[in-house]
Amino acid sequence: MTEREKILARVRQALKTPAPLPGSHGKIHLPAAEQVRTSTAKQWLPFVGESFDERLALFAKNAAELKADFQLFNSADEMRAALTRLSETEKWQRVAGHSGGLTDAICATLGLPLLRTDRPYDVNDLESCDVGISECDALIAQTSSVLVTNRSAGGRALSVLPPHHVVLARREQLIADLPSAFELLKQKYAANYPSMISFITGPSRTGDIERILVLGAHGPKKLTILCF
Amino acid sequence: MTFVSQFLKQARVMTSDLRHRRIIRTALGNYEIVRDKRKAAFQNWQSARQLAAETKWEAVNHLDQYLEELVAKLEARGTKVHWASNSAQAREIILQIVTEKKARSVIKSKTMTSEEIHLNDALEHAGLNVVESDLGEFIVQLRHETPYHIVFPSMHLTRDEISELFQRELGSAATNDPEELTMIARDALRKKYITADIGITGANFAIAETGMISITENEGNARLTAALPKTVISLLGIEKILPKLDDLALFLPMLATMGAGQALTAYNTMYGGPRQPGETDGPEEWHVVLLDNHRTELLADAEQRDALQCIRCGACLNVCPIFRNVGGHAYGTTYSGPIGSVITPHLRGLHDWKHLSNASSLCGACTETCPVKIDLHHHLLQNRRNAAQEKPSASEQTTYKLFAFAANRPKLWNFGRKVARLFQPLQKPVKGTALDPAKAWTQTRDLPPLAKESFKDWWKKRK
Repeated sequence: MTEREKILARVRQALKTPAPLPGSHGKIHLPAAEQVRTSTAKQWLPFVGESFDERLALFAKNAAELKADFQLFNSADEMRAALTRLSETEKWQRVAGHSGGLTDAICATLGLPLLRTDRPYDVNDLESCDVGISECDALIAQTSSVLVTNRSAGGRALSVLPPHHVVLARREQLIADLPSAFELLKQKYAANYPSMISFITGPSRTGDIERILVLGAHGPKKLTILCF
Repeated sequence: MTFVSQFLKQARVMTSDLRHRRIIRTALGNYEIVRDKRKAAFQNWQSARQLAAETKWEAVNHLDQYLEELVAKLEARGTKVHWASNSAQAREIILQIVTEKKARSVIKSKTMTSEEIHLNDALEHAGLNVVESDLGEFIVQLRHETPYHIVFPSMHLTRDEISELFQRELGSAATNDPEELTMIARDALRKKYITADIGITGANFAIAETGMISITENEGNARLTAALPKTVISLLGIEKILPKLDDLALFLPMLATMGAGQALTAYNTMYGGPRQPGETDGPEEWHVVLLDNHRTELLADAEQRDALQCIRCGACLNVCPIFRNVGGHAYGTTYSGPIGSVITPHLRGLHDWKHLSNASSLCGACTETCPVKIDLHHHLLQNRRNAAQEKPSASEQTTYKLFAFAANRPKLWNFGRKVARLFQPLQKPVKGTALDPAKAWTQTRDLPPLAKESFKDWWKKRK
């Protein structure tokens, strides 16, 4: 008997005695086949507003609380100009990114050496980049999270290794809440999920020293979300 | 020294350490404010708790099916799954992988399960360089201590202590600025992610439906640990299961709310395999180690099975008056606070650890706060009952027999009451000393004087 069989046998033996349902004060023991969940998460999670504008405002408000820099533009050109300004103020020398509908055109205009992480790359090179620029799968109003996968956003390390992560997004990528985010993932990837899916909510942070908030513990110190 | 006497000694020291109590009170006072703010943002927190409890109940009570589904999905995408019945087997599996890879250095992201199996000792004994990457874990590792709290490992330390530690161990400049201290750790660890041969992570949830491990963190250290080393090992208890991927829509915000008073932590990441064809980074090999280590024994106790629903948010520790006074290290266990007091007797033996069931005021604050509705304070009572049934204490039995004998004989009882009242003044000079029969009580409290007239006498007179 392998350990797998032994453990599963112990589990099955243990489960022969039914346990009471939660909230039934030890009274109700339900047969296995019946529905246990009596509600869905969407109705209990924080309210996100009905209209697109309300959700956009909520995203901006949450982002400010998280100390993420969220900027909204009227066109792709405006967004490109803003990125160039950011590059100049922060004196970027080396940029990392990946190929994509938004990133291709915009990264090219920066006129800086670009490390592509959607091709085989050296991790030491990525570590020496000033910024990682990526696209995303969605922006989530409820928590001001950026949803990325290693397929849509240049691999596993691009969004965490450089000290600054810049996300490029379109307005229509804004979705309401976490249940919609999982719905989206299912529609987009159910046949073959990427090996990494990540909800990024603000820049890297820690409170391990006297519970005082410090940004940039190991991941990026800055998170900039540019959206048009 | 037995576990109980060690606990009593530690508890006595810590409860009178005013400095320790002040640090914990400040930290947890701030936690309560942000936690309540996040709870209030939910449209209905109590309903969310009920749904979370139902979801975890579903997972735990069909654990065999969900484990098989999880493993099939993981293996289909090239993940190597290992099963360990106990700590020794888990250590053995991990050491074997490490040896096969001829690894010399290991980077770890936070995992309490590795504390449970004492993995670091085993790896270091085998000659490996092991570095904890979570800031709090890194700090307690430098101090050669165990984590103080399952979510906030270095909560018991001040910035000055951390500064001294960094100066001594890392040779850094003196500073008591939390930001500068964090940057010292950041710089110390940066290269370690890139050079480490092996990454070791824990897991907050394991998704049966899609074969994924979900990791919740704030620092990005787990993201890096699971991205850069060539081989990654994830160690988790078999109870970490969630049935569906979208169950995370509820569990990620609940864990952040109760764990740290956040709407969502900075990184919540689901891993579905090692590097897949066409992907440019991530580990070439990914191993998942599923650990039983007495969890199936807890599963067999239907009355306390819900303790396996625990998501290790630490909320019950934070509200517990015992934890807040004796601190995390006094317990001498991997998991402290109410949940630790409930499960440790199952994981490490009822009779060695039954004293933790008495380290409780039974106020029920833990049960009330638990996001997955574990009936914690009743489980403490059940552990007391089980311990007494399995191995009755002779002195307790004699005491209660004598009490029952006297209480069933009104004349004897009355006589005893009168005699006791006459002798009570003699107790005063020896109050709280070894000569005092009521020592356990009178050390810190007064014994009220016995009444001159009993209720029975008063009732008779009144008629």
